[in-house]
Amino acid sequence: MPNVTVTVNGKSHTVDVAPETLLVELIREKLRLTGTHVGCDTSQCGACVVHVDGAAVKSCTMLAMSADGATVTTIEGLANGSTLHPMQEAFREHHGLQCGFCTPGMIMTAVDIVNRKGGNLDEHTIRDELEGNICRCTGYHNIVKAVGAGARAMAGGGKSAQAAE
Amino acid sequence: MSATGIGAAVRRKEDQRFITGTGNYTSDITRPGEVRAYFVRSPHAHATIDKIDVSAAKRMPGVVDILTGADLAGDKIGGLICGWAITSKDGTPMKMGAHPAIAADKVRCVGDAVAVVLAETLLQARDAAEAVQVDYGVLPAVVDPAKATAKGAPQLHDVAPNNLIYDWHLGDKAATEAAFAAAKHVTKLDIINNRLVPNAMEPRAAIAEYDQGNDALTLWNTSQNPHVARLVISAFVGMAPEHKLRVIAPDVGGGFGSKIFIYPEEVVALWAARRVKRPVKWVSDRSEAFLTDAHGRDHVTHAELATDANHKITGLRVHTIANIGSYMSTFSSSVPTYLYATLLSGQYAIPAIYAEVDAVYTNTAPVDAYRGAGRPEATFVVERLVEVAARELGLDPAEFRRKNFVTSFPHQTPVIMTYDAGDYDASMTKAMEMIDYKNFGKRKAESEKNGKLRGIGFSTYIEACGIAPSQAVGSLGAGVGLWESAEVRVNPTGSVEILTGSHSHGQGHETTFAQLVSDRLGVPIDTVSIVHGDTDKVQFGMGTYGSRSGAVGMSAISKALDKIEDKAKKVAGYMMEAAADDIEFKDGKFTVKGTDKSVGWGDVTLNAYIAHKFTGGQLEPGLKEGAFYDPTNFTFPAGCHLAEVEIDPETGKITIANWVAVDDFGNIINPMIVEGQVHGGIAQGVGQAMLEGAHYNADGQLVTGSFMDYAMPRAADLPSFKVDTTVTPCPSNPLGIKGCGEAGAIASPAALINAITNAVGHENVPMPATPSVVWKAAQGGMKKAAE
Amino acid sequence: MYAFKYEKPWSLAAAAALLSESGDAKLLAGGQTLLPAMKLRLAGPSTIIDLSKVPGLSGVTREGDNLVIGALTKHVEVMNSAEVQKSIPALAHLVSVLGDPAVRNRGTIGGSLANNDPSADYPAAVLALNGTVHTNKRKIAADDFFKGLFETALAADEIIERVSFPVPEKAGYEKFRNPASRFALVGVFVAKTKDGVRVAVTGAGESGVFRVKEMEAALAKDWSPKAIEGVKVSASGIIADLHGTADYRAHLAGVIARRAVAKAG
Repeated sequence: MPNVTVTVNGKSHTVDVAPETLLVELIREKLRLTGTHVGCDTSQCGACVVHVDGAAVKSCTMLAMSADGATVTTIEGLANGSTLHPMQEAFREHHGLQCGFCTPGMIMTAVDIVNRKGGNLDEHTIRDELEGNICRCTGYHNIVKAVGAGARAMAGGGKSAQAAE
Repeated sequence: MSATGIGAAVRRKEDQRFITGTGNYTSDITRPGEVRAYFVRSPHAHATIDKIDVSAAKRMPGVVDILTGADLAGDKIGGLICGWAITSKDGTPMKMGAHPAIAADKVRCVGDAVAVVLAETLLQARDAAEAVQVDYGVLPAVVDPAKATAKGAPQLHDVAPNNLIYDWHLGDKAATEAAFAAAKHVTKLDIINNRLVPNAMEPRAAIAEYDQGNDALTLWNTSQNPHVARLVISAFVGMAPEHKLRVIAPDVGGGFGSKIFIYPEEVVALWAARRVKRPVKWVSDRSEAFLTDAHGRDHVTHAELATDANHKITGLRVHTIANIGSYMSTFSSSVPTYLYATLLSGQYAIPAIYAEVDAVYTNTAPVDAYRGAGRPEATFVVERLVEVAARELGLDPAEFRRKNFVTSFPHQTPVIMTYDAGDYDASMTKAMEMIDYKNFGKRKAESEKNGKLRGIGFSTYIEACGIAPSQAVGSLGAGVGLWESAEVRVNPTGSVEILTGSHSHGQGHETTFAQLVSDRLGVPIDTVSIVHGDTDKVQFGMGTYGSRSGAVGMSAISKALDKIEDKAKKVAGYMMEAAADDIEFKDGKFTVKGTDKSVGWGDVTLNAYIAHKFTGGQLEPGLKEGAFYDPTNFTFPAGCHLAEVEIDPETGKITIANWVAVDDFGNIINPMIVEGQVHGGIAQGVGQAMLEGAHYNADGQLVTGSFMDYAMPRAADLPSFKVDTTVTPCPSNPLGIKGCGEAGAIASPAALINAITNAVGHENVPMPATPSVVWKAAQGGMKKAAE
Repeated sequence: MYAFKYEKPWSLAAAAALLSESGDAKLLAGGQTLLPAMKLRLAGPSTIIDLSKVPGLSGVTREGDNLVIGALTKHVEVMNSAEVQKSIPALAHLVSVLGDPAVRNRGTIGGSLANNDPSADYPAAVLALNGTVHTNKRKIAADDFFKGLFETALAADEIIERVSFPVPEKAGYEKFRNPASRFALVGVFVAKTKDGVRVAVTGAGESGVFRVKEMEAALAKDWSPKAIEGVKVSASGIIADLHGTADYRAHLAGVIARRAVAKAG
């Protein structure tokens, strides 16, 4: 069986994987980081979003082999120890989650939006950028609020935001 | 109000694990030595199973076993059942066909399981499943409920001739006919309430484990009601006695009704685990979920509303054909009957109502409760009829509603319900102010200048929640009681554990329930934990659906807290040498009336357990109480949603310009959580009205079998909502709560379709009003205007 | 997914050799359409040839009057490329409405074109801009490249290296999304180049992307939305499904084309 070496949340792993292993399967089943979820099989729901080399990707639509040598951040790696990432904090503060299943992907996507677009996001931009993430609980209302607030918090001295990447 | 008590927007306690990726959903669990299960499913909607050959598949790498319906029958594992008995007009009981967890002789929908493969890995199981040879004798299929009872239609179950499960009715037929005969005006509508796929973001999953030494089974599953699952799997399926079966529903990623039901896969997982003596894990993928989760709605209805010369509604009659699908799911029979026709009075004083409902089998996935369950269908009928009637009569839809609102309580409708409290005009008036109704005309003119159509639509809905007095639902055919249980365990150090039969899968019970306890006992909210979802921990409970957990589940907690308070007062009395009757309890402090003598909560809880101040003859040590709460009535949340849309007539694209919801949920424990429930409900209702629709082709293939074809609401499809409340406390439970989980999904489809039809100028706009549909409707509308 | 053999060649020649050795091998670029198909077991190649280590397949350059984009250039790179934004802003816009941010971070132009999904965005740009697909064997003109539903002129052992686009005088892309898949229900790319006007429609054709010659002629005379108001796209050969009748899509093609022209300025 071939192996891949990936750095996940700051820790390097070399893991034997079958070629057909998806990145999300590596993360969930081999590394037992179960915060990253699978909500569909057509690459649409976004519950599986992680960062690979700093960019948001759908880990259900990437082979583990393709992540060889990459740096991966999952929801478990976002907080700085016991200090939550500002985006995590914003989701709690603004009730941006209900059942929690889409939440890890939402938060990872949200952090990616801010990394690309900065901390001053209008509602239209946020809704547009959430194109690839489906939530069935919240009607997005509070997610949009949370992303906006989290973005402002990240821009305004969110040290943990950068440190985590 | 304290910062963590009743009425405070307390941030959710459960969020810590969800935002850090440390939740514990069923699919996150692995058990040592587990095998993976993959089901062989029928590609045909209707076929006999002539032969199954598993021999080649069994030899494939990693395969542990392959089991079929014959094996299941051989082990005398019973079928699944529908737990609500409905009686037809002629007094005959409903015709329930057998529902084996794995089909043995015949498949009745695409996705019906015909075998299960157990293998070391999922890939191996899936590979072997493809190698299972099944010879089918393909039969013609029927998918359209309106055609299911036609002569010559394919027959699904021998027990149900013409695919008719029941033809049921409610109300006074003669009085209703008389009302229509005397009517000045009759409004008629043909309505299809579109079939929906619930699509909780977490697909269903089940892990079963067999403990050989104790001959006991454990099931982890994605359930909204683990105790009911255990009861059914034990008593009806006959898997194991209740005390030898533990069901654990850990974190559950949304349900919306679809995780109430007892499904074949969890039965098979348990049975297979015992057979192969290894844990069995099954996780649905989304494609499988589309085929096998119970769907929602799917009604074909003709409805009529009679009005007199004074524009008073005098009668309402409906005939509905309800599609039950291929098998009767757990509560399927109740949805188009007692959860539907009993709400046909809406918010209006209607003297005569008559409803007829035919429930039919078709070669489609089973249909059961989905967020609102019957009440959205009823609301859609009533609110479309009322809006169209107002338009036909040339009245402002608000005025017509006002003229007909129920204004005095209690109000007995002709369809069972006794409304206990409400102020319908108050919520509508507030909603109209919030959306600036009086200036809608200006906004419409502005849109028209830009080549756009604009419309506004009302939905003044009512629903019945907190279902309901057990005796009442029993008399209507329910197989279970609908009370709830609670146990309050106070620890010696004063921390509190609440065991509840309710189950949270997004609703935030760990916070809301703790707020009640914090408020009542004056203890910090962090010292309260909520335990739910495990039949070994919680004695019995009925689970969470029907917006019942606040009104019923919290009432049970409140009742148990009364007992805790009584007992704690006795302990405090012994501590301070005073009679229990002389003890006052407030803000976590026990005081002897009229003195400054007091003891704190922690002292009392410790004394309850060390028992040094009283003898066993005077008082039992300990501080733990339980309660079962049975509601005295339904609760009746009601309110007004107003939708305002702008339509691009060239493309049919709808933009929701404004959405206002003013709901009366009675007293509110956590307004932040309540608003979140409303937002989510609206999104699902908007989804039904303009995006979602499960579609089977004539052969019974599900055309909308993935998110590629089944349109789920995305962030960009929706606006921010303006949400507010009015309050008339519910008189029939101690907390004055009505329930909020389903209101949004119940109210919103009618509001949106009323807005779209208002914009296009005619009523012929089916759901879902996709761009294609709206474009066509807008063309028709413009033609009409030009004529 | 079915099991497969995984290869990660370090040169184009090695990739081509692997491709010709194995009858049903598939090239892996960004994987955003291939992997979903494999997950649903709609595709089951025996070998996956991962192109990520093959040098020289990625990047955007301006070569004279042409904008050249390497096959493995990710959507996000095209979207953010200053060169694309300067030379063909309509192309940058097209990519900004393609998929979602996570998909754009992985998906590539070469993968999209080789797959030729009838609702994909890129084919409309290549056809309207009269682009050229450069492979390891030859150059294929846009008019010759798209051969129908998921079909292209690519031979079994042919690998797209890059795509070149003549820089147009004016160009615009407008997309009307399928509410479910978010692919184009109808997408129209219009371009005015020194060789004339081309109009390409994606999402609507039963055989994939197609040109509307009547619109091209009308726009050549008068580059304005008004010029094509009278041009009807025939509903024959137009996709009809749950999301729209053929009449609707044909009508939409006209509306969207006018908006694309307006956007192009």
